[in-house]
Amino acid sequence: MEASKVIHAFYTDDEVLLDAVKAVKADHHHIEEVFCPFPVHGLDKVLGLAPTKLAITAFFYGITGLAFAIWMTNYIMIEDWPMDIGGKPSFSWIENMPAFVPIMFELTVFFAAHLMVITFYMRSRLWPFKDAENPDPRTTDDHFLMEIPVHNNEEALVALLSKTGAVEINIVDKH
Amino acid sequence: MYQFSGKLKTFSLALIIIGVIGTAFSFYSGSQKTIKDAKHAIEASHNVGHGSSHEETAVHNDVADLENHTAKADTHVVADAHDTSSDKEHAEHELHVLHQLQNRPWSAFYVALFFSLGITLLVLAFYAIQRVAQVGWSILILRVMEAITANLLPTSIIMLVVIVASVMHLNHVFPWMAEGTVDPTSDNYDAIIDGKSGWMNATGFLIRSIAYLLIWNAYRFFIRRSSIKEDTANDGNKTYKKNFTASVIFLFLFMITESMMSWDWIMGLDPHWFSTLFGWYVLATLLVSALTVIAFFTIYFRSKGALPGVNDSHIHDLAKFMFGFSVFWTYLWFSQFMLIWYADIPEETTYFVMRFSEYKLPFLGMVVMNFVFPILLLLNSDFKSKPWFIFIGGFVILVGHYVDVFIMVMPSTVGSQWYFGIPELSAICFFVGLLIFTTLRSFSKVSPIPAGNPFLKESEHFHYYNIEHSDEEGSTDHH
Repeated sequence: MEASKVIHAFYTDDEVLLDAVKAVKADHHHIEEVFCPFPVHGLDKVLGLAPTKLAITAFFYGITGLAFAIWMTNYIMIEDWPMDIGGKPSFSWIENMPAFVPIMFELTVFFAAHLMVITFYMRSRLWPFKDAENPDPRTTDDHFLMEIPVHNNEEALVALLSKTGAVEINIVDKH
Repeated sequence: MYQFSGKLKTFSLALIIIGVIGTAFSFYSGSQKTIKDAKHAIEASHNVGHGSSHEETAVHNDVADLENHTAKADTHVVADAHDTSSDKEHAEHELHVLHQLQNRPWSAFYVALFFSLGITLLVLAFYAIQRVAQVGWSILILRVMEAITANLLPTSIIMLVVIVASVMHLNHVFPWMAEGTVDPTSDNYDAIIDGKSGWMNATGFLIRSIAYLLIWNAYRFFIRRSSIKEDTANDGNKTYKKNFTASVIFLFLFMITESMMSWDWIMGLDPHWFSTLFGWYVLATLLVSALTVIAFFTIYFRSKGALPGVNDSHIHDLAKFMFGFSVFWTYLWFSQFMLIWYADIPEETTYFVMRFSEYKLPFLGMVVMNFVFPILLLLNSDFKSKPWFIFIGGFVILVGHYVDVFIMVMPSTVGSQWYFGIPELSAICFFVGLLIFTTLRSFSKVSPIPAGNPFLKESEHFHYYNIEHSDEEGSTDHH
């Protein structure tokens, strides 16, 4: 299939890359992916990527952690093995609540942080022993790579990209 | 340049005048209180079954046996013990309640005064931090902060008057100043206060108070003049560096004087009680309020077109600070509470017993206003650059922290004889009017842009990554 052919354009400067992305976008080409050695400020915006929803998941993970902490402290300290907390043997969760606040705080943070990282890995399709997805090892060093699918418009794309300051333009078959 | 409109001038002066009239009225009616009113107040509270309150208050402020009374959880036992006690003790109690009634106008004024002075002081400290840390983003709102600190001088002078009045025994706000507390032969002798008399004595108190106010005002006077000079200095940043050095010295002195000020002016109202993180706790209260005031004035000036370079990212940063320091305040407030609650030592729990039994609604309501509300309202990143959300959140934060200061002061000075009325409202009117007047007047006097600051460009280009600036001419300023 023709669509499995892609152009790899290399850049050596993040500012040049950003301007290139804008030029390609302005010419109504679809950019499949941009590989960078470090996060480039504003790149997501010029690529037109939707903002991350990770923050929303973090909020709900935090709420989950809070609920878990309330259930856990109540089960451990009040129901299963009633404890005399600070010389106040009331055996009531709400009356001993101040003692549980640090636990509630810690578990809220713990759940939010860990589950958010796991979500991020899953969303980025990262797992142990996975092979790297970046097509060229130089993108982990000092090169930026823009990947554009080709639809019978090879010459036009190459002409456009060479004007944007690309240091190298390759046409490769994507398997 | 910003123009201080006649309308606002009239409005702020009207607030000041209303405040003065209301305060004068409350001082007059406070001075008319007699022992009869005290008896009435005691009877009234006995009738509604809150007899415990006075006993606890008495224990709280009085020099008498602290541990015996407060250790009793059952308040009725205390009340009963009181009913069978001697007439002399009865008269003493009545006198005590009378002092509380007379304290009310002083305390109402003192709460608003301390809050207003504290906010202004923390704006000054936050300003000094910007200079010391050589912060880039905030340069465009430095002049707003400077303008707010114009309120420091008038509030300092009023504070000095109140302190001198207290030292001269014109009120009973500071119980340790009472006659005979350090005289072993006196009926009023208080071993605990005597033990602390190295710090808690009128001379030291007066000298320290004057020293704090002098240090703060000296820095404010210097930095304001030097900051204006910086605009046109063009001397290879020599003035800028001088301002940096002055701010370092001020911040060092500020951290010491702020803690000591909170012991002298607030913790001294409860001379038996102590908390080692009280200075931080007061700092957090005042800092979050100060940031809210900065955000309010910035939004106002921007809406008037007086701050051309300030964009949504600057507002977003201020809101982040409001949010963050609300959490910081909660952390300190809860840390203080939990340790005392857990240890359950009578000499420490008096503070919270009083507040929890007599001030339950404001005490718990304040936690909701200062923690739960800002968390829920300002958690979302998008909301933090919307002026309307900041206004609602900030308003609740300011009211909540006023209540916080109210809860620090009132239980110690007026005990159960509190309610929210003319004295409190007029004091708030007065200080809000004063803050608006001094800030707007000061802001209208100089250029709103600190042109000589080497970080000005950075502030103009300040851009938080997920904010679209409405007035942006294409996103050409990425870095």
